[in-house]
Amino acid sequence: MMETTEDLPAFALTEVDYSGLDRARVVQALAKVLPVGALLFDSEDVRPYECDGLASYRAVPLAVALPSTEEEVVAILRTCSELGVPVVARGAGTGLSGGAQPHPHGLLLSMARFNRILHLDAHARTAVVQPGVRNLSISEAAAPHNLYYAPDPSSQLACTIGGNVAENAGGVHCLKYGLTVHNLLRVRAVTMEGEIIELGGHALDAPGYDLLALFTGSEGMLGVVTEVTVKLTPKPQIARCVLATFDDVTKAGEAVAAVIAAGIIPAGLEMMDQPATAAVEEFVRAGYPLDAKAILLSEADGTPEEVAEEIARVSEVLQASGAGEIRVSRDEAERLRFWAGRKAAFPAAGRISPDYYCMDGTIPRKRLGEMLEAIQGMEGRYGLRCLNVFHAGDGNLHPLILFDANQPGELERAEAFGTEILELSVAFGGTITGEHGVGIEKVGQMCVQFGERERKQFFRVKSAFDPDGLLNPGKAIPTLNRCAEYGRMHVQGGALPHPELPRF
Amino acid sequence: MNEIVASWAERIRAAAADGRALNLQGGGSKDFHGRRAVGEDFALAEHAGVVDYEPTELVVTVRGGTPLAELEALLAAQGQFLAFEPPHFGAGATVAGCVAAGLSGPRRASVGAVRDFVLGVKLLDGRGEVLSFGGQVMKNVAGYDVSRLVAGSLGTLGVILELSLKVLPRPPREATLRFELAEGEAIDRLNDWGGQPLPISASAWSAGVLTLRLSGAEAAVAAAITRLGGEQLADDQASAFWDDVKEQRSPLYTLAGHEQLWRLSLPSSAAPLRLSGRQVIEWGGAQRWLAGDLPAAQVRGRAAELGGHATLFRGGDRASEVFSPLPAPLFALHRRLKATFDPAGIFNPGRLYQGL
Repeated sequence: MMETTEDLPAFALTEVDYSGLDRARVVQALAKVLPVGALLFDSEDVRPYECDGLASYRAVPLAVALPSTEEEVVAILRTCSELGVPVVARGAGTGLSGGAQPHPHGLLLSMARFNRILHLDAHARTAVVQPGVRNLSISEAAAPHNLYYAPDPSSQLACTIGGNVAENAGGVHCLKYGLTVHNLLRVRAVTMEGEIIELGGHALDAPGYDLLALFTGSEGMLGVVTEVTVKLTPKPQIARCVLATFDDVTKAGEAVAAVIAAGIIPAGLEMMDQPATAAVEEFVRAGYPLDAKAILLSEADGTPEEVAEEIARVSEVLQASGAGEIRVSRDEAERLRFWAGRKAAFPAAGRISPDYYCMDGTIPRKRLGEMLEAIQGMEGRYGLRCLNVFHAGDGNLHPLILFDANQPGELERAEAFGTEILELSVAFGGTITGEHGVGIEKVGQMCVQFGERERKQFFRVKSAFDPDGLLNPGKAIPTLNRCAEYGRMHVQGGALPHPELPRF
Repeated sequence: MNEIVASWAERIRAAAADGRALNLQGGGSKDFHGRRAVGEDFALAEHAGVVDYEPTELVVTVRGGTPLAELEALLAAQGQFLAFEPPHFGAGATVAGCVAAGLSGPRRASVGAVRDFVLGVKLLDGRGEVLSFGGQVMKNVAGYDVSRLVAGSLGTLGVILELSLKVLPRPPREATLRFELAEGEAIDRLNDWGGQPLPISASAWSAGVLTLRLSGAEAAVAAAITRLGGEQLADDQASAFWDDVKEQRSPLYTLAGHEQLWRLSLPSSAAPLRLSGRQVIEWGGAQRWLAGDLPAAQVRGRAAELGGHATLFRGGDRASEVFSPLPAPLFALHRRLKATFDPAGIFNPGRLYQGL
């Protein structure tokens, strides 16, 4: 293991230079352990992998491996370990923080061929799946048993469970149903040195340290997932949604606190400010009131009896909190219409602005009003507009900063604007990322989120799994030397990769 | 750094320099848990008190030595609770001890375990440095999730100075039902029910009787009572019953001198144990307590056969392994990970595993 006097691995200090790798030798060694068609190295074949959902950051990998068995994954990682080649694992490439961005001198390990649901046990409510299985297809397979896989990141149509494990993906229902980490039983993974480890198990806990929790959300830095066991949840019989309007954003923020204070945990609790509402209304015609300064969406699910009870209680609380209009979805079509606008916020921003930049901070709910006011002030100072959509129930903000990269200085202003929002999130006692991950995008802001002691410890934890730091180097945790740099996501020409997918 | 923490940091650095083992002590209520403790006692209960509690944020931040009972009373006054219903196993139980022990109560199968509610932790590591991980918000994916790793680590990674825990509102209504069912039928029934949208929050089977708790909205509980049938317990009787389950006060758990209490953690649908002894089945079938006198190899073998693992919970030989042994690559990983937090190996050495 590379070590310094401070018991830190060398890769904690500064990023390792891999430019001296002998590409031909690496390709040759990998070709020996992979069948024909499982290794791509011609530039036209590897270029499609140059970025994930964070399209502004690109790198063409040295080669792309497409294994279909765990033995192949072991062989690939052993080979790369021996030759000192960086490896970046990739699922569907829908991540928004650049976690699956290739390393220019490394192997891109696509898990796309691990696409089978191996076993579904309806009685025990578990499914054993390969990492390349799409999030939504687990729920589809479980549907005949009236079960589903609860975490529902909005890219669930395309994103894979392996990527969900790597990012600890959330969704709009995690206040009630939890994040990925709360819905996993077991992960089987291969370490960079080629060892197979099983974390968790088919019981509710496993002996030893809770490595399953540590591994979840580790952004592909600790191991490559080859199999996952997820918990399945009984499908709620029905869901209904309340839409409430407010003439003041702070009031809306206080209403969110009041709902929680009343002892209610809605299945989803979302908020949009007036500019966001106006943008999506023009786009999807969800029927949102345009005169409100903020709207709240609160969803109840469960048996018809409990949904009726919760809708009545929520409506009462919202009324008492100063809501203007309160609408309750009368049928499934209307409920979906209520959500259509919220889910279309990203593409709507793309329609009204050439470029936009999405933030992902989380703050204590009580600071929502303050944050919105601060963002308003920043809009003036940076001369840019911002649409605000929030997972209000858990304080997760997604401000969308609108800008035009073709106007000199606007990109820089947008990045400075975003940095100020994230730094304020930290100052408010929150975090720079609630669900999109650090990846390459926010690796700079990690310097604000954590002190040097914690960052050093992260590198030590990483080196316990990956002594040479070859898995996904340069992501998630900034090197000590890097802590002045800041990366940003912005959307170019109003276009995201996978524009067909609803976002967050 | 306050005075207590500063003096502890100094003590840790001195112990690390001399390679002296420290036996971390909260309230001492779970001294029985894990392998035999070694090293000099390091009393931690004095670092107590609530740092921040905002009921509408559903988060409480407390110092590690805060008595668990005090925290629960504080939450109860706001109609909230620790949803994982931690067992105390003694009057002195502290919050840090609760998290370090990683034990969850009757509600675990429906709401999650201790670790699911840990949002942030402040640790004093083996270098005598204060480290903060996680935070006070529900959704936070910045950095590795060290906070949850600390849950169940039995004090082997560091001194827990402070914890931020997610709390939940108490359900508006609870009801307890009782059914006469044989073991196999009860396991089947629990798994069938688990696949339906029923507000089940706890289950306990022993000696042919299944007790089931429902929690949730008034209407949901009422509908489930009608649907499930069974005999309903009076509220005070029900709450005493669940408290006894949580704290293991039933005579089934009283061990004769030569007996041991095993905890088998299994897939919920695993077949009956068919091992001799007194049994309590909790967590919808996923946690099975077995009191009796059986060779460890037999209990562990059966647990493995059923897809789970077994822990020697009380009694027996605490000098041998208490938790199911880990495969070699995983154990090596445990050792490397422990060394990153505690390079000199002074925190509760051997409490979790020999050589860790």
